[in-house]
Amino acid sequence: MQAFAELLDRLVLTPQRNAKIRLMADYFRTTPDPDRGYALAAIAGTLDIAAVKPALLRQLMLERMDPILFQYSYDYVGDLAETISLVWEAVEPEDAQVADLSLGAVIHRLQSAGRADVRGLVRDLLDRLDGSARYAFLKLITGSMRIGVSARLVKQALAEMGGVEAGEIETLWHGLSPPYLSLFAWLEGHSERPALSMPAVFHAVMLATPVAEGDLTNLDPKDYAAEWKWDGIRVQLANLDGTRRLYSRSGDDISAAFPDILEAVNFEGIIDGELLVGGTARTNRATRTFSDLQQRLNRKTVTHKTIEDYPAFVRGYDLLFSREGDLRALPFSERRTALAGLIEEASPTHFDLSPLVPFASWEEIDRLRTAPPDPVIEGIMLKRWDSPYLAGRAKGPWFKWKREPFNVDAVLMYAQRGHGKRSSYYSDFTFGVWTTSEGKDMLVPVGKAYFGFTDAELEILDRYVRNNTIERFGPVRSVKATPDHGFVLEIAFEGINRSSRHKSGVAMRFPRIARLRADKLPRDADRLETLLAMIPAGAHDDIDG
Amino acid sequence: MKADHLLYPTPKGLYCERGGFYIDPVQPVERALITHGHADHARAGHGAVLATRQTLDIMAVRYGEAFCQTPEEAPLGKAMRIGDVTVHFHPAGHVLGSAQIAVEAEGLRIVVSGDYKRRRDATCLPFEPVPCDVFITEATFGLPVFHHPDDAGEIGKLLTSLRQFPERAHLVGAYALGKAQRVIILLREAGYNAPIFIHGALTKLCDYYQAQGIDLGALEPATITGRDKSAFAGRVIIGPPSAFADKWARRFPDPMAVFASGWMLVRQRARQRGVELPIVISDHCDWAELTATIAELRPGEVWVTHGREEALVRWCELQGIAARPLHLVGYDDEGE
Repeated sequence: MQAFAELLDRLVLTPQRNAKIRLMADYFRTTPDPDRGYALAAIAGTLDIAAVKPALLRQLMLERMDPILFQYSYDYVGDLAETISLVWEAVEPEDAQVADLSLGAVIHRLQSAGRADVRGLVRDLLDRLDGSARYAFLKLITGSMRIGVSARLVKQALAEMGGVEAGEIETLWHGLSPPYLSLFAWLEGHSERPALSMPAVFHAVMLATPVAEGDLTNLDPKDYAAEWKWDGIRVQLANLDGTRRLYSRSGDDISAAFPDILEAVNFEGIIDGELLVGGTARTNRATRTFSDLQQRLNRKTVTHKTIEDYPAFVRGYDLLFSREGDLRALPFSERRTALAGLIEEASPTHFDLSPLVPFASWEEIDRLRTAPPDPVIEGIMLKRWDSPYLAGRAKGPWFKWKREPFNVDAVLMYAQRGHGKRSSYYSDFTFGVWTTSEGKDMLVPVGKAYFGFTDAELEILDRYVRNNTIERFGPVRSVKATPDHGFVLEIAFEGINRSSRHKSGVAMRFPRIARLRADKLPRDADRLETLLAMIPAGAHDDIDG
Repeated sequence: MKADHLLYPTPKGLYCERGGFYIDPVQPVERALITHGHADHARAGHGAVLATRQTLDIMAVRYGEAFCQTPEEAPLGKAMRIGDVTVHFHPAGHVLGSAQIAVEAEGLRIVVSGDYKRRRDATCLPFEPVPCDVFITEATFGLPVFHHPDDAGEIGKLLTSLRQFPERAHLVGAYALGKAQRVIILLREAGYNAPIFIHGALTKLCDYYQAQGIDLGALEPATITGRDKSAFAGRVIIGPPSAFADKWARRFPDPMAVFASGWMLVRQRARQRGVELPIVISDHCDWAELTATIAELRPGEVWVTHGREEALVRWCELQGIAARPLHLVGYDDEGE
């Protein structure tokens, strides 16, 4: 367990891709089976152990610790697993073993434990493991590794270890399972390449770059197709040699949650599209919002009722493979024609084609972008007609251009220390705008934002807060904010509604700090009336804030 | 007399009216008593300064000889009468010259810990427990998450990495006063005898430590003049943490960012600073040492300052010890 824990600690802090590959390849070389296979599964997200709920971990913790002290600790660290690994005061087990518990042994105990035994088992293992091993163990059982290593990168480490192409690992991957004994045997040259049992593998997707100032100036609109950018999730749907799979953009297999889509597939090939909920354009019913789609995401299984209430469909963007083979080298225009033919024949309730948006000039597309015809559109995609399908994010062939958010200038009023990696920074900012109360101008808080700024801007904000504190309440500081002295923030947000729960009477959606306006004085900031005027007519109180 | 008549917080710092002095004031005052040489405690520009010989020397090294009008040495353990109070300085175990300050009047004694630690440090005298009615403790690491591991094991990580990545320069971030010298001593104790390269900001203080009889071994300036860049491969270079974000760091081959600090226990803190190899070495008490010290002293009351006051106050409450936060403004609660 210790070697795995050290690997995780190093991976989390190692920024260089090649160094990560080296650390993993070294680990795979020097660690015996089945430990390395379980480590691989843990990193790649294929390990199947019943997840332990955070609530159980909390309970175990509070058996031994004052709840208030635990809360202070958790607020500071910001990550439950890490907090518990640090504050856990081990009680030596009666049969205290000095020997390092192996990862394989830990997994074995977890997999063979009955539901009723989990609590005692987790407590016992927490007592037997120390420091970083405790952290690794908690990350394993809560199913959230998040160590900055993608499934692709770990496959590259395997390729490096065995001196093979990463593509070969990718091709085999979905036909193998933990602890990957046959894979390691092959990589070490002890046996033949494992037989391929599943051809429908994921292919890295093509991504767009955001349109920046001047990017389009020298480009000819005639070279580009425009499509709406839909607010769902990007997926890849494969049906080859009788195997059907639905993958997320990062290559996670999400088939189990979408049996309705997989059953409806009547074509062979691999398509790229947007997963959405609601009615297709072909059935003339409305596409529903992202929050409806969320009802279908991150599920291992799905009920009939959920499928009925939240019908999913794929809006086709591109065709990578057809029955005839690989189309990725063909121009977008040809791939799209082939895709259109295929969707025409497919189930009208489960598939439609992303419509093209006709335009003649960049000015026109800019206007369309800011006033799209459907609320589930988040902007425009621009794709060169002649672009081949290239994995990754090359600049030029594809652009994305999001609709603009709302903007106001507000004044920084309170700041709170952040969580996790921001816990030494004042990084949660409450801001206000001017209003008149009893004949006097005063600031009223209208929202809180904790992102949108760069690291360098955070340094500036943090320094300002520390140097202009007028009061401290625990982790919160109130900062100087008068008409002539204060910090003006340009706040961008997605929408605004009336809210009876806020003193100001308004609530913003997704507020973020767009720019620091050191050039402005607080007296130049916006007034509450400006915000009230932005509320769409007929908007009601927000229900969930 | 009530304790908060003897010493109480003001915007300039902790004030003793009967003695007419401030302890570690954050603004220039007529008369200051200083616990140790770190910049947030020892500021330039006071009238009279009473501190240990080494703290006075360190202030002179940092701010120049004219750091105050009248420097006055406080010998450890010696009773000194100031106004209507008696003052003693006792070792705090934090950095070279660091002291706790005991203030007494009418049979009531308050001990101001300044910053302190309990574990062994070859570069300074160990903390001396002083019985008192009120103990004013720092709380830099005043959260149950902080259990600093053994120093030797942490230095071992650095030595392992030097073997594992012999092509990379190991840049160790360590505060110029105390931490840098302690890291050097710990490396020497672990048998590392190669020259250690130091940033210019450490030179004077390292020289001062050496002059005080603390043997740091062979130190060389981390300058590139007359040297091939590759000369730093697999070497230890120590500098102030701020230097690593600087152009200065670019002179070294494929630098590995190492940071020696108690904060490095929290992974996200290491990640936030772009540290690749965190080394958990602290000049402050960890949670276990803070609580053990309070349990050992059993003062009538505990006042908690700079750091995470809430948790330590809560712990005291659970132990039935009266405690309150002081809310002093101006100390760098992130200082390490």
